[in-house]
Amino acid sequence: MKPERIVGRVSSAPGSGKTSEPPPVGAKSFLGRPGERLERRIFSRRNPTSSATPSGYAIKPLTRPTVLLALAALALPSFAQDLRGTGDLGLVIERASGSVQLLDTTQKTALQRVEGLGDLSHASTVFSRDARYAYVFGRDGGLTKIDLLTGKIVKRVIQSGNSIGGAISQDGRIIAAANYTPGGVKFFDSETLALLSEIPARSEVTGALSKVVGLEDSTGNRFAFSLFEAGEIWLADLSADPKTPKVTRYPGIGKEPYDALVTGEGRWYVAGLFGEDGIAVLDLWHPERGVKRALPDYGRGDQKLPVYKMPHLETWAVAGNLAFIPGVGRHEVVLVDIATWQKVGTIPVAGQPVFVMADPTGRRLWVNFAFPHYDTVQVIDVESRQIVHTMKPGKAVLHMEFTPRGEHVWLSVRDENRIQIHDAASFAKIGEIPAQAPSGIFFSARAHRFGL
Amino acid sequence: MKPHSWLTTLLLLPCAHPALGAPPSALRQQELTRFVRQECGFCHGLHLTGGLGSPLTAAALAGKPREALEAAILYGRTGTAMPGWTPHLSEPDAVWIVNALLQGFPR
Repeated sequence: MKPERIVGRVSSAPGSGKTSEPPPVGAKSFLGRPGERLERRIFSRRNPTSSATPSGYAIKPLTRPTVLLALAALALPSFAQDLRGTGDLGLVIERASGSVQLLDTTQKTALQRVEGLGDLSHASTVFSRDARYAYVFGRDGGLTKIDLLTGKIVKRVIQSGNSIGGAISQDGRIIAAANYTPGGVKFFDSETLALLSEIPARSEVTGALSKVVGLEDSTGNRFAFSLFEAGEIWLADLSADPKTPKVTRYPGIGKEPYDALVTGEGRWYVAGLFGEDGIAVLDLWHPERGVKRALPDYGRGDQKLPVYKMPHLETWAVAGNLAFIPGVGRHEVVLVDIATWQKVGTIPVAGQPVFVMADPTGRRLWVNFAFPHYDTVQVIDVESRQIVHTMKPGKAVLHMEFTPRGEHVWLSVRDENRIQIHDAASFAKIGEIPAQAPSGIFFSARAHRFGL
Repeated sequence: MKPHSWLTTLLLLPCAHPALGAPPSALRQQELTRFVRQECGFCHGLHLTGGLGSPLTAAALAGKPREALEAAILYGRTGTAMPGWTPHLSEPDAVWIVNALLQGFPR
């Protein structure tokens, strides 16, 4: 049987009590009444005109065994037909319209649009550990929990005035949101979105609140984040009690940390600095050793070129001992040996890189660019460090997301109002999906990875 | 006169606008509106309410000198992440953008 695109019965899943709420305004449910689809299918096969006249649902033309079969099917909980997994689902942010579209990477299609998520400029998403729920962090401080199976907004809170992103704890029970206004981090119960605790980002050195950037999750229900104005890294430990986070502060880590990443195993927290060259590194295995500065020759350098879009660090590509990171204001990808944290080379590329993403096999890097070169995507072969492909999918390629095993890559092409799906090996375009000013694409496989 | 000269002149007209100081055409104004919402919006927010960059709402900019705002757009602000947008934006573009921001930026 062809898999259903969407699921039906969700009430059988534990902890889904919320899903029985009526859909919020704008969220179009794709669920029919229980049994409706099956009923229609049976009758429409026998009596094509019956859909127009429900009263014409006559039992008469049906043979006795068919009736029995149909009754048996209706009597059984029909989730056997409707059950589906979420491992191949995801969503795309439609930044201008405050909506997301739920995506199916097996069928290569959009399932439905969910509206009413507020200001989604620069929105990001994390997933629950069962990969069923997506938590969308909006610019306006909105935190929205979406059920990927029903397409409904399960819960939505406005948690601050101006937000930039979030993270989820190792055990999946705590959602953390990083805020610009007022600067700080708030922690929420992932089930209910009830506020657990908050940490105002008031520097003990400057006495002022800072914007929080680079909030990343790590092992032991710890979260690391950086204070933009104060130039500090803080490590919050919620393992003992999520309501009373233990905070370790590392002041003086460098000027204007603007984004950060946690490496895939959750060990290294690395913050990029905008105000000066270099990076700040915290070893989360040994936080007692403090923050170290590294890569003194990485950054804008003496010749400060305009940076039209801050590069993203969350997806620094790591292959073997080498990390491939976007040059700041420079048309280059920088190679870093993470055993020594030394810069070991550069690869010239078509523009200022925004994302440098390794495909899940680690063999190739896909790079997109800042204005005005954001119509271009380049692919770098890791072994040879050569650009093996250059494509121009359209104006404003904002994001790239690989399917979990890396056979396909999905590109959001904002000004063309579409997602393009490409074969990651041949680069050939194999599909496209209309989307309104798409930006971030997030697949549920992120649920099982640190620091995304 | 060479046969192509009129065509050349016509084609060059848009480029000459900055030098002439003529205000942006209706089409250019549309482009600029989108440009500010989308490109500036990365840092300043789609609704221009601020982010890593400062808020650009009419209320937030009230009382600030136009010339300083225009210069910030064209040449950037040292000590901040704000880049200069020359040559992608012309002086009349910047004048128009500042004026629009101060009046409350169009959707």
